[in-house]
Amino acid sequence: MIHLVKRPQPSRFWTAVTPLLAVLLTMIVGGIMFAALGKPPLEAIRTIFWDPIFGEFAFYYRGQLLIKAGPLILIAIGLSIGFRAGIWNIGAEGQYIMGAIAGAGVGLAFYPLDSFIIFPLMILAGALGGWAWGMIPAILKTKFGTNEILVSLMLVYVAEAWLASVASGLLKNPEGRGFPGSRNLQQYESAANTEIIAGTGMHWGVIAAFIAVIFAYVLLTRHIRGFHIRLTGEAPRAARFAGVKPARVILFCLGLSGALAGMAGLFEVAGPAGQITIDFNSGYGFTAIIVAFLAGCIRWASCWPGC
Amino acid sequence: MRETLLDIKGLTKAYPGVIANSDVSFSVGKGEVHALLGENGAGKSTLVKMIYGLVKPDSGSMMLNGAAFAPPNPHAARGSGVAMVFQHFSLFEALTVAENVALGMENPPKPRDLAQQIRDVSETYGLPLDPDRTVGGLSAGERQRVEIIRCLLQDPRLLIMDEPTSVLTPQEVEILFQTLRKLSDEGTAILYISHKLEEIRTICESATILRRGQVVATCTPRDTTARALAEMMVGASFDAVQRATKEFGEVRLKVDGLSAKSPGEFGTSLKDISFEVRAGEVLGIGGVAGNGQDEFLAAISGEILTEAQMVSFDGAPVGTQGPEARRKAGLLSAPEERLGHAAAPDMSLTENAMLTAAARQGLMKKGFLNWPKATGFAEQVIEAFDVRTPGAGTAARALSGGNLQKFVIGREVLQRPQVLVVNQPTWGVDAAAAAAIRQALLDLAAQGAAVVVISQDLDELMEVADRFGALNEGRLSDIRPVQGLTVDEIGLMMGGAHDMEMAHATA
Repeated sequence: MIHLVKRPQPSRFWTAVTPLLAVLLTMIVGGIMFAALGKPPLEAIRTIFWDPIFGEFAFYYRGQLLIKAGPLILIAIGLSIGFRAGIWNIGAEGQYIMGAIAGAGVGLAFYPLDSFIIFPLMILAGALGGWAWGMIPAILKTKFGTNEILVSLMLVYVAEAWLASVASGLLKNPEGRGFPGSRNLQQYESAANTEIIAGTGMHWGVIAAFIAVIFAYVLLTRHIRGFHIRLTGEAPRAARFAGVKPARVILFCLGLSGALAGMAGLFEVAGPAGQITIDFNSGYGFTAIIVAFLAGCIRWASCWPGC
Repeated sequence: MRETLLDIKGLTKAYPGVIANSDVSFSVGKGEVHALLGENGAGKSTLVKMIYGLVKPDSGSMMLNGAAFAPPNPHAARGSGVAMVFQHFSLFEALTVAENVALGMENPPKPRDLAQQIRDVSETYGLPLDPDRTVGGLSAGERQRVEIIRCLLQDPRLLIMDEPTSVLTPQEVEILFQTLRKLSDEGTAILYISHKLEEIRTICESATILRRGQVVATCTPRDTTARALAEMMVGASFDAVQRATKEFGEVRLKVDGLSAKSPGEFGTSLKDISFEVRAGEVLGIGGVAGNGQDEFLAAISGEILTEAQMVSFDGAPVGTQGPEARRKAGLLSAPEERLGHAAAPDMSLTENAMLTAAARQGLMKKGFLNWPKATGFAEQVIEAFDVRTPGAGTAARALSGGNLQKFVIGREVLQRPQVLVVNQPTWGVDAAAAAAIRQALLDLAAQGAAVVVISQDLDELMEVADRFGALNEGRLSDIRPVQGLTVDEIGLMMGGAHDMEMAHATA
């Protein structure tokens, strides 16, 4: 008989190798499935894993890589900090939408003024919009013990209703011949999230994502706040014993992930999407949950302090 | 000579890296009360788990009543007449006594018949218990009775009891012993696991002593001194705790009219607790588990906040401050539950050192953590308290209970607290290490700290404490000097008598 026994100490080697192994297995199993469907498996795998970076049309895809990765990373970083504390923000999509509305709203309010201060103000407004939307489940949880998973998820649908409303109402382009959707921010220089290096897809949101990664890394491995967040997730009673106030962790984590999602929304609406439309949001907030979980498997942050 | 009931020959069980039992042989006669004595980690648990069918031996054989006996699972063991009362109860708090008993039976009778059977058995064996009461409201002693009665209803020939008295008051222990004697008279053999020597000398006819998985001696406990038993158990003589004559200083910890609601549903609220502890003094708090010990520690550590003046430290009211602020001032504590409360199971010892020592040991500068320094502090604790572990990078979960306990106590003691409150400081620690921990607590007091030791081990409290009080249903008894206290007085202070009356009245 085979028994599964938990290792007393996770193996360093397998902790590092497991994600790579997972990708490899995905390729193999995926290949078998394509073969079963009668498609050439190697070609399929090449199309998925190789062509976007090195293939014929890579000049286009490479840019798309950063454009897609930017908001995903920005949102996922916020979510994963919360997940570490056992706080499950499932409503990043809603915070992303509200951030985009708030940020775009500030930009549109200044139209057609030309000033370097507008874009930073929009980023701030985007972060605030997401933060405020994230604070709703946080406050309800700390005051009334509601479940943040349900509340944050439901608020996504509320946010989508807001989006539909402002796209065809408050923020509608007055010169848009009655079509729903705001002015195109890409055509308003002071408010546009422009590509910094042409053709790479590198825009300010990608920069923000990299900064967020470094911030999260330092927070979780080098700062008492991050240590307390991890402690809350690993052993809530031990965290209280250490002096952590659970309510504060909840407010901090939901607020932070909301603000980052809101920023991601602003960067998207002022950049790749260009305008507030009924469906400009492309589900980044939900995809980022999966990204955060996959990243969690690697547990890069927890591998460090023990060294 | 009694007829042999259980005969064990050459039982061996090895786990990766450790031999739990090596060539263990002994026999238990019909109706015999047989002690299995040994330190933590000596292999007692593995041995009885093999008898109860929870663990399969690598080699060796067992005979029960003259027939080969190799239970593949507890179900089969119960079928052969072997029953076991575990140290940790497996009861559902929200269900009644009768429902809990029915859940553990192979073919439970109808609820009404079962209730009657429970009443009959509890009367026959002097174990007062009302089948209709909810387990959540029972004391630890009463919960144990539920487990015992569940076993007795199956009419066992061999009853295994794992550290049964660790949760009982002296009076409850006396009741339990009467029951065991009665069972023994009726021919039920009892395998009694304990490391409390006086108990074994009182109740057991013979004893098998285990050390590092091997039988080192078999003896008649009544004819052997407690000291000789202890030395056989440990394998060497160990230092008794040294007590310096003391003079007490200023009041360091003052608790005044402390009342607090328990955060947990089945917890015990604290009711109007007042006491003072002076510099250099050790206060012992006894009481049966679940009478407010956890809440008491939480109120002093800062996990439960109260009105400011309810807890004062060196004259300053701290009742509204959280654990971090109290720790910084010098008021430290170590809770009972090691895994998950005193330490985070999946974090390394370094991270667990950071858990309470961040501010006080300078492991943190403006919120930024100095991990090399934390590792240094963890290694210091490992070294000073002889924690057996490969290193500070090991996860807390990977340590044995005793070693983790040494780490947790060491972590607080080495921070040089002015007041230290510990709950069950030597629970699950072997005799030599327990003596070392008690010595460390006494040394701390000798250096001018005020120490509060909460424990269910009365011998321990008598050994380290200057004064003694007991918790009963969230109230603290009067505090009396330890010198001159009798066991009966302690029992009354623990509210045992009161508890017994209640139990009889409801039965």
